[in-house]
Amino acid sequence: MEIVRKVKYEEELDTAFVDLIKTMSGDNEIDHCIQCGTCSSSCPMSVYMDFPPRKIIAMVKNGFKEEALRSFTIWLCPSCYTCQVRCPAKIKITDVMYALKRVAIQEGVYPARFSIPVLDREMSRLIASNGRNSELRLILRLYLKSKKPLALLKMAPLGLKLMKTGRMSLKKERIKNKKQLRTLLDALKEGA
Amino acid sequence: MNGYVYYPGCSLKSNSKHYEESILPVFKEIGLPLEELDDWNCCGATAYFSVDDGMAAAICGRNLSIAEKLSKDIVAPCAGCFLTLKKSNKFLLGGSEKARRILSALEKSGCAYHGGVEVKHPLQILTSDGRLEKIKAKTVRPLSGLKVACYYGCQLVRPFTDFDDPDYPMSLDRLMAAVGAEPVEYSAKTRCCGGSLTGTIEEVGLRLNYILLKEAKRRGADVISTICPLCQFNLEILQDKMIKKYKDEVKMPVLYFSQIVGLALGIPKEDLGFARSIIDLRPLWKKIDKGGRK
Repeated sequence: MEIVRKVKYEEELDTAFVDLIKTMSGDNEIDHCIQCGTCSSSCPMSVYMDFPPRKIIAMVKNGFKEEALRSFTIWLCPSCYTCQVRCPAKIKITDVMYALKRVAIQEGVYPARFSIPVLDREMSRLIASNGRNSELRLILRLYLKSKKPLALLKMAPLGLKLMKTGRMSLKKERIKNKKQLRTLLDALKEGA
Repeated sequence: MNGYVYYPGCSLKSNSKHYEESILPVFKEIGLPLEELDDWNCCGATAYFSVDDGMAAAICGRNLSIAEKLSKDIVAPCAGCFLTLKKSNKFLLGGSEKARRILSALEKSGCAYHGGVEVKHPLQILTSDGRLEKIKAKTVRPLSGLKVACYYGCQLVRPFTDFDDPDYPMSLDRLMAAVGAEPVEYSAKTRCCGGSLTGTIEEVGLRLNYILLKEAKRRGADVISTICPLCQFNLEILQDKMIKKYKDEVKMPVLYFSQIVGLALGIPKEDLGFARSIIDLRPLWKKIDKGGRK
């Protein structure tokens, strides 16, 4: 049996990580976490997570950067904000999860071909270029880019039901003033 | 601001057309006819905030700016749009360095925003300022005997808790009671449906929605009343799969609260988008037709 050490020594921790996450999430209370576990017990997704929210908060607070960023937890968070409104220390837990997602995408360390970050990126791209989301296009991109084209076939019966009730739009949605949107996003990039 | 302008978002133009088809006539009926926000762009939902929060707040700012030019507040029926626009509004007015940068980018691109717009959900509007009483008075077809599980989901009541309780809200229950229906005790009313998880990890989405349906069944509900397109979609379209997987007959109509209110106000049911239901509504009509007329 191989001995694996999960706990880290001080010099192995990224002590600046918590400050980065505070700035990015707008949360200032994370240092006051008492590890009560209200977040984990409130979370509808914690049974599926590799680390429940309580542990993620402890990891961020203590500089376990890699582990937090590579976790499935941050992607499984559906941002229902239950933890955030219940936290006795008033930590903006959902906003911390969002910040972790953004860092994971920036640093490219999210789980490969995992469908949730793929959906987030593809939807953002569609909106940035057209101003609107087109559901069918988004679904196609999602299944192709997460390399599950076969699963798409299984969706066909549902697609037909939606089509029959007029609930699936096939056209490419876009805003009239795409130029304005482009100028806005460019101006923001320049200012950054 | 002077009245409201309607922000549909992507869902009300695609899989949730019946939400638009019912919310507009209901608002007209109570004397608040709604115009659509011209050239609105998508709110970005949870996706854009997971990728780039600056860009996400900026595109919301464009919508806010269009509404501000009209001197109108925004009414956003999708709980996702409602929260995203409201959250961005608060962020843009927060005075941070980042917010200032976004406001200046908005100005440069011809959509300056000065912070004058409020973002509201239609449930909030219909249950405040004496409108609940007005709806009660205008109810010509009380839905007596109809047992309703009022499902609020997550983003309408959290994290902003200024309009109803984040754990056990009651505004939708009060509205359903006002039109003569009978809201059941529904402890899962703010438990999350998983949002886009049904599209990304179906197995998990299936379980979350099964919990919600099972609880509604157990409480004796005839129908679930929803306020959010994603909740409505998730709860409705996966029912066949759930029945097969969990061997539990959880079939139940999932309607928009505006469809139910519209019916009670006497709007013809053909004009409220019921034909878009994937679940057979005939058992429901039987029950409703038994109810009295005023």
